[in-house]
Amino acid sequence: MFSLIRRMLVVAAAFGAFGATAAAQTPPGVLIVAQIAEPKSLDPHAVTAVNDFRILMNVYDGLVRYKPGSLEVEPALAESWTVSDDGTVYTFTLRDGVTFHDGSALDAEAVKFNFDRMLDESHPFHDTGPFPLSFFFGSVDSVEAPDPKTVVFRLKEPYAPFLSNLAYPTGLIVSPAAVEEHGEDFGRNPSGTGPFKFVEWESNAKVVVEANPDYWGGAPDLKAVVFRPITDANTRVAEMLSGGIDVMVEVPPDNLSTFADDASYTVFEQAGPHLWFLILNAKEGPMADRKVRQAVNYAIDKKALVENVLQGTAAIAAGPTPPAFAWAYNEALEPYPHDPEKAKALLKEAGAEGASLTFYVTEGGSGMLDPIAMGSAIQADLAEVGLDVTIETYEWNTFLGKVNPGLEGKADMAEMAWMTNDPDTLPYLALRTDAFPDKGGFNSGYYSNPEVDTLLEDARKATDQAERARLYKEMQEIVHEDAPWAFIANWKQNAVTSTRVEGFELQPSFFLLLDGVTKN
Amino acid sequence: MWLYIGKRLLATVPILLGLSVIVFAMMAAIPGDPATAILGSYATPENVERLNRQLGLDRSLVEQYLTWLGNLLQGDMGRSYALNRPVADEVFERFGATLVLAGASLLLCSLFGLLAGVIAAVGQFGWRDRIVTFLVLIGISTPSFWLGLLLIMLFAVELQWLPASGMFAIYGGGGPLDLLAHLALPAITLAVVATAVIARLTRTAMLEVLRQDYVRTARAKGVSERRVIYRHAFKSALVAVIPVIGIQTGFVLGGAVYIETVFQWPGIGRMLVNAISTRDLLLVQGGVLVVAASYVFFNLLADVAQTLVDPRLR
Repeated sequence: MFSLIRRMLVVAAAFGAFGATAAAQTPPGVLIVAQIAEPKSLDPHAVTAVNDFRILMNVYDGLVRYKPGSLEVEPALAESWTVSDDGTVYTFTLRDGVTFHDGSALDAEAVKFNFDRMLDESHPFHDTGPFPLSFFFGSVDSVEAPDPKTVVFRLKEPYAPFLSNLAYPTGLIVSPAAVEEHGEDFGRNPSGTGPFKFVEWESNAKVVVEANPDYWGGAPDLKAVVFRPITDANTRVAEMLSGGIDVMVEVPPDNLSTFADDASYTVFEQAGPHLWFLILNAKEGPMADRKVRQAVNYAIDKKALVENVLQGTAAIAAGPTPPAFAWAYNEALEPYPHDPEKAKALLKEAGAEGASLTFYVTEGGSGMLDPIAMGSAIQADLAEVGLDVTIETYEWNTFLGKVNPGLEGKADMAEMAWMTNDPDTLPYLALRTDAFPDKGGFNSGYYSNPEVDTLLEDARKATDQAERARLYKEMQEIVHEDAPWAFIANWKQNAVTSTRVEGFELQPSFFLLLDGVTKN
Repeated sequence: MWLYIGKRLLATVPILLGLSVIVFAMMAAIPGDPATAILGSYATPENVERLNRQLGLDRSLVEQYLTWLGNLLQGDMGRSYALNRPVADEVFERFGATLVLAGASLLLCSLFGLLAGVIAAVGQFGWRDRIVTFLVLIGISTPSFWLGLLLIMLFAVELQWLPASGMFAIYGGGGPLDLLAHLALPAITLAVVATAVIARLTRTAMLEVLRQDYVRTARAKGVSERRVIYRHAFKSALVAVIPVIGIQTGFVLGGAVYIETVFQWPGIGRMLVNAISTRDLLLVQGGVLVVAASYVFFNLLADVAQTLVDPRLR
């Protein structure tokens, strides 16, 4: 169709006052990245969205970071660390000679300032928050700075995810001098130690960062990076096609093949620590029977969901832990196969044939992929085995307000998705008996298995990674069998770059790390 | 005249005050709260409570409203918790961008709408009239966001004449020419429906006037046809069309929400949609107030313009 229009417009082009030179050609050495939304703040302690993390990880460093291509930690601002035998004292030795972009020195006092600001309500700069994810460090009792190079964290109790939480954006280290200077406007005047320095933030247009020539890890090759918020996916695609941007993340499934078939673009995919699942109400109704929950898992055609609805942008999930946590993932776990006959047999055994179910579906939301289409497909799959599912659809915040307090008396199943940074987070917050909604957790389906409770508590206390891995693997096996959820999909993050961009890689953490990227 | 304008402006104060109460109550009534929106899947009751305390949302609604009102009277619209910046900065910056877009498309739709309407009326049932009527029908029935995407595909992706989105070039941009290049597509898209509406109404108004006795008299007197149409008929048809243009102003401001999303125009419509979905109460309040005040102002402007054209209304 467009070639026809093009031909018709050849005449018009002859009169065109603009000529063909207005084409947006981005300058070499300057990387233009399309973001999915306007950032909320550039204060890493004040934000919760991956969209913001994509900028922050390039401006700040943490004490530790994830190794490239994995979710295991390695040294960053801390050169090394030791953990006490009881798992409650972490002692970090800081890297020498690191300075913040504003020129102030990174020392133990600066690190202490960061955590005190978040955690201590009487800290003079606590009011520069709020700090929504500060509970990531809720286990920290005190932070000490015995000498400029040494930081000691004392925990209230052993808490194994502590290191990976430090590698999360909430653990990034900000410049105390900049916080003191800008107060609550620090989020618009950020200063860190990362490979890129903040230059300007023009609301709803761009955030510009430039190379930090003094970066301790070596200056990046790029001169600058411009992050552009483009909320509409179609517009993002159009900008990519017209050459206005160099990198775009979260490409709509419909458009992936357009880019994959075109030699001037490179498509990247990377599975992440994401799980899309259905919470099943194990407290009441037909789902209280494990056989019914297993039947639901058998009845859903996950292959069709992943390939047709999500068009290959996700992989089939086998259990509660995403494979991206390679060290803690139980390879032996197989996804429930699509087996309607088995599902019918199980429903018959449980006496739940033709049961009526209420299913909460959301219109959209963080990590929810294509929830309405997925909900309808699941409804159809369940109808095939004789279950009569009624869908109730809610806007995301309303949906959370209904699901988080628990499904009791309201629904039999609900869609949900989580993206986490440690294998502990999701099961600990959503599968334990002590995580029932009335106890402040996210176990909205009231799954309770004392064995799982013990395994998760033990894994949190274990300081040895191999031991933790063993416990998580055992947990996955039990949860898979108990089927408190219907395990559906693990989202693959995608990105498209123009071929002018080299050295680009996606990380399983879903962070965007640009210091190794070049553009000509 | 000035007394009238003064009275009208004064009358907006209770309207805006009432509106602010309604917006406040509605934002409180819809499910979900800012803390849940910020925390997303981490919104445990404990975390929500802690965050609400830090945001000052643990106080009673009345107390929150009165605090807001008190601050407003001192010129402080509060701070957006989703954007971590003062509401006034955000609202006026974004409203300015919307005004540029709405102004440009209002100019386009008035100009072309009036012109097309007059042309159609003058040649009633002729080929010009048929073309205009046909285009008007298409214009009214075209969904603007879809038209916007088509224009982007054509002019930005295929021909690469105009930028696809944004208000200024992202690197090394700025200046009126850059703005004009970015403005062209969204302003045209936004103007299409309004142009069609104005054209249709101008046509009807003109036809009515052209049938009046005084027009016949003017023609009988031997006044030139051009003069009859523009001097006698058009001016009095304008009286009927001006309030419609005033209403279209409201429509253009409202329609800007879609267009701003499609073209990533940093305007207030898009800001309000985001603010509502993040339950950013103060930002919604500030945005709605400014938009509502501008509606009132534009309607007043249309009334004044009508009075100026039509001496009978004075």
